Amino acid sequence: MISMSTIFSIVITSILIENIVLVKFLGICSFIGVSKRTDTALGMGMAVTFVMAIASAVTWCVQTYLLVPFHLEYLQTISFILVIAALVQLVEMAIQKLSPSLYTSLGIYLPLITTNCAVLGIAILNIDKNYNFIEALVSGVAAALSFTIAIFLFAGVRERLENSEIPEWMKGFPIALVTAGIIAMAFLGFQGLKI
Amino acid sequence: MKEMLKKIINENPVFVLLLGMCPTLAVTTTANNAIGMGLAATVVLIGSNVVISCLRKVIPQKIRIAAYIVIIAGFVSVIEMLLKAYLPDLAQSLGLFIPLIVVNCIILGRAEAFASKNGIGASFMDGLGMGLGFTFALLILAVVREILGNGTLFGLSLFPEGFQPAIMMILPPGGFITLGLVLAVINIIKIKRGGKVND
Repeated sequence: MISMSTIFSIVITSILIENIVLVKFLGICSFIGVSKRTDTALGMGMAVTFVMAIASAVTWCVQTYLLVPFHLEYLQTISFILVIAALVQLVEMAIQKLSPSLYTSLGIYLPLITTNCAVLGIAILNIDKNYNFIEALVSGVAAALSFTIAIFLFAGVRERLENSEIPEWMKGFPIALVTAGIIAMAFLGFQGLKI
Repeated sequence: MKEMLKKIINENPVFVLLLGMCPTLAVTTTANNAIGMGLAATVVLIGSNVVISCLRKVIPQKIRIAAYIVIIAGFVSVIEMLLKAYLPDLAQSLGLFIPLIVVNCIILGRAEAFASKNGIGASFMDGLGMGLGFTFALLILAVVREILGNGTLFGLSLFPEGFQPAIMMILPPGGFITLGLVLAVINIIKIKRGGKVND
C-alpha cells in the first residue's frame, strides 16, 4: 500500500506547485471560455472533477491491462481519447437518468470536456510518471481540484473587471489574459515549495 | 493566394478565433519549438481535413464527432512517431503537447466547420491556411518571449554579455501576458482602422 505522505505530496504538488492551468497550461480553452461568472466556473470545475476522476482510473486500467500486455503502447493517444469521449457520453447519460437536477446544472459543460486537454493530459502524465492505480486516481482528482480553484479565482476577478473602467483596446480577452498572467505570477510563489 | 492570406491574417485561428490556446501558451518559449509545433499541427490539420472531406458523405451525422476524433488521433499518432524517430530533441521539448494536438480545438473546429461541407481541394487549402496561421501566431509570441526572456532568437545570442534577460517572460505568467498584449495591439490597429473590438 502507499503511504499517506505520498498521497499528500501528490495533492499539494498538483494543486499549488504545478497548478494544471496556471503552470502546466492545460485546459486553457475552458479556463478562458467559461470563466465570465463564478457560478458557471464552479459548475465547470465540478464537471471536470467528476470526469477527470473516472477518466484517470479508466485510462490507467486500459494502459495496464490492455495496451501494455499486448504491446500496443503506440495506440495510447487514440485509445485514450476514445475512452474519454465515450466516458463523457456515458457520464452525461447516467447523470441525466439518475439526477436531473445535477444534469441541468452540469449538462451544458459535459460535452465541452471531451476537448478539454486537461483530461487527456493528466491521463498521459499519470502513465508517464509510472503512478500506480491509487496514485493515478488521486492525481486526477487533485488536478481537477486545481483546475476548479484556478477557474474560480479567475472568474471572481473577471466579474469585478466587468464593472471597472478599462481602456477600449484592453477590453475583453487582452485584460483577461493579463489578469491570468498576474494570477499565474502569484502561483509562481509556490514553486519554492519542495516536498 | 489572396484566400490564403485572408486565412492567415484575417481569420487567424489564434489571434482572431482564439482557438488552440494550450499549445499556444505552452510551447512558445523558444522560436524553434513554436515552428515545430506549428508545422506538426499543420500536417495533422491538412491530413485530417482531406480525409474527412473524402469521407464526408459516408460518415453518419450522429457519430461524426467521434469519427473525426479517430481520424485526427490517427494522424497525431503518426506525427508523434515520426518526430520521436527523426527529431528526438524537438519531441523531447514539446513533450506532452504532441499527443495533445488531438484535442487542439482548431483541428476539430475546422473538421466540423469546413471539411465536412467542402470538397477535397478546398479542404486541403483550408488546412494549409489555418495551419500556417497557427504557426505564424506561435512564431510571433515565441519571438517576443525568447528575446525578452532568454536574450536569444532561434538559440542565437542577441545581446552583449551584460544583458540580464527577464526570465519571467519564458515562465508561465509571461505567456499569458504576452498573448494579452499582442491581442491588445491587434485591437489598437482595429480601432485605428475604425473597426469594432470584439468582446
